[in-house]
Amino acid sequence: MDLTYTPAQQAFRAEVRAWLRAHVPRESFASYDTREGFEQHRQWEATLAEGGWSSVTWPTELGGRGCGLIEWLIFEEEYWAADAPQRVNQNGILLLGPTLMEFGTPEQKARFLPRMARCDDMWAQGWSEPNAGSDMAAISSRAVLSAEGDHYVLNGQKTWSTRALFANWLFGLFRSDPASSRHHGLSYLLVPLDAPGITIRPIRALNGKQAFAEVFFDDVKVPLDNRIGAEGQGWNVAMATAGFERGLLLRSPARYQRSAQKLVDLYRRHQASADRDPSIREAVTRAWMGAQAYTLASYHTVGRLQRGAKIGAESSTNKIFWSELDLQLHETAMRILGARAELCDDAEVHDWLEGFLFAQAGPIYAGSNEIQRNIIAERLLGLPKS
Amino acid sequence: MDFTFSDDQIVFRDSVSRFLMTEAAPEMLREIWETDAGRSPELRGKIAAQGLTGLSVPEAEGGLGLGDIDWALMTQELGYFAIPDSLTDTAYVAAGLLSGLPEGHALRAAWLPRIVDGSCRIAVGHPVNPLVADAHLADLLLLPHATAQGLELHAVPGTAVAVTPQRSIDASRRLASVEWTPASDTLAADAPLGQRLWDQALERGALCVAGQLIGLAQRMLDVSVDYAAQRKQFGKPIGSFQAVKHHLADVVTKIEFAKPVLYRAVYALAQGEAKTAALVSHAKLVCGEAALLAARKGIQVHGAMGYTWEVDLQMFMKRAWALDAAWGDRIFHQARLSDSLLGDPADAAIGPGSTF
Repeated sequence: MDLTYTPAQQAFRAEVRAWLRAHVPRESFASYDTREGFEQHRQWEATLAEGGWSSVTWPTELGGRGCGLIEWLIFEEEYWAADAPQRVNQNGILLLGPTLMEFGTPEQKARFLPRMARCDDMWAQGWSEPNAGSDMAAISSRAVLSAEGDHYVLNGQKTWSTRALFANWLFGLFRSDPASSRHHGLSYLLVPLDAPGITIRPIRALNGKQAFAEVFFDDVKVPLDNRIGAEGQGWNVAMATAGFERGLLLRSPARYQRSAQKLVDLYRRHQASADRDPSIREAVTRAWMGAQAYTLASYHTVGRLQRGAKIGAESSTNKIFWSELDLQLHETAMRILGARAELCDDAEVHDWLEGFLFAQAGPIYAGSNEIQRNIIAERLLGLPKS
Repeated sequence: MDFTFSDDQIVFRDSVSRFLMTEAAPEMLREIWETDAGRSPELRGKIAAQGLTGLSVPEAEGGLGLGDIDWALMTQELGYFAIPDSLTDTAYVAAGLLSGLPEGHALRAAWLPRIVDGSCRIAVGHPVNPLVADAHLADLLLLPHATAQGLELHAVPGTAVAVTPQRSIDASRRLASVEWTPASDTLAADAPLGQRLWDQALERGALCVAGQLIGLAQRMLDVSVDYAAQRKQFGKPIGSFQAVKHHLADVVTKIEFAKPVLYRAVYALAQGEAKTAALVSHAKLVCGEAALLAARKGIQVHGAMGYTWEVDLQMFMKRAWALDAAWGDRIFHQARLSDSLLGDPADAAIGPGSTF
């Protein structure tokens, strides 16, 4: 155990900090759930990519820095400490990117990864369907191979596709063997969202913005080259992606440390009022404790990965922990803000309120927390399936 | 940056685990519970033969000279097997107090080698604990005496104290109030050094208990998983029902996010970091919560059986309930952490990048 950063890691931190100080925009962007805000965030992603910061863990030949996970944690700490804009292409960089690296052909990697790194392409997910939510293996959107065998024809519907209204590509699972059921006979396809036959209908989220969308497929042609992995093997490919999402990278600990720090600041500003209820002081402390524990657990996991361990079902504990922590952080802020907490345009309230709304989704997306608990019980504890 | 244990540390932990699995079975625990002394000299002898009593004693005095970080793994094993022995009071906390005395101090030569060979028991009284554990068997007691300059450290022979036992719901804890008179020949360290040693002893004691609480949480989880897999209702194991699964999954999450907090705190203590006290309180709180949740969920999963004397769970639960308030109760540690975090802003570096 050695909890000191190497000189190289300290230099890396200094480099990140200096670059962010020079480049992070001073004005705040519109919400990335709006077209205007999305474009501002996309341009920021392009700036990050030019600086070589869009994904520090990606290989250098793909626009990354080939860094280890400790450097990733350091980058995230500096990024959140600098209050830099929210990342808008995480679907691509964190979910599809690693999947392509593992399962894509050399041609597919060359075609998609550099554009993804530069944010020339913005990616939406196509997993959930109206009747396939937590039960993802119930997917029924079809992909029928053409008679010539060079393309699929897609029909069906995807939903809860985050920012699909503004993205230009979608990755998702489609049933390519009509006789199959459950997780068999699915194929993993990449679909350009401007293809004929696609209709995108936005869904207004809790914050009133068009944060996600339904995507309808009506005889949409997709070339065979857009399939990742083998025909009918989409489930395995997708599970690898879901693993990345639930695992370490989706929610870096720095995000919660920054929130906890701001919560402490908020408490200090309103201490005279807040201390009339002593449980507020404890709630603030507990929010910090959660952020600290999540950070320490991340460093511990990274250390174990460096020693050759694999993250399996235990990543489900991560997802439960950060989603509940996010709720606790924001609920405590709401308590401190009191009667002002409902005011959308109050400068002090705005970010807490938006964060509070978004925190409500945490225990639901990326695999509901009930599903995560089932995974923990069945795969880590070995309890029988129901 | 490497926030993991070395292969050597893991191998040592595993060997201790195998040793205790054989030597500290629940049946033995029950037997010792029923005895007057509450302790097994045979068990302590075997523990000494394994080298565990000398873990923290400096090599010059015959020990292994290992530190706080190694104890973080060891205490989890002691907790997991709920050993009916206050080994850590002698081998870790008392060894730390005595090793903190100046080189050549007579008490070092008199007692540190005896800690190593397992021939003595040393009880430790700290102001944060209202009673002293294992005072009735102690050859030596290390006791605090408050002065205007701070706490003095006194070393008092077991023959020179009056011990009044107080029954604990955890029969493997043997507590007593201790009456004694400080004198010049009992004084081991006066206030400046004594206070420093007692402060350090508090952190050691709290982390000892935190490690044991994590071990206990894991044990209660394991026995509950076994029970849920075997017990059938409605024609199937109750562990196949989602409500039962979710109880146990929550315990897993609590344990997984408490352990790294414990490891961060032991590292801080080992390095003498300024924020050690706050980090120790954090560890003590979350390790205690993991154990309390494992107890609550464990008894629920065991159903009516969980409320009986018959199942082993009861011994682990009682241990957890008792230890949760030892070496600083929940009020003490929550207040200490809140005051550190929310007190003087200048003291609190808390944002991203402040973890190490």
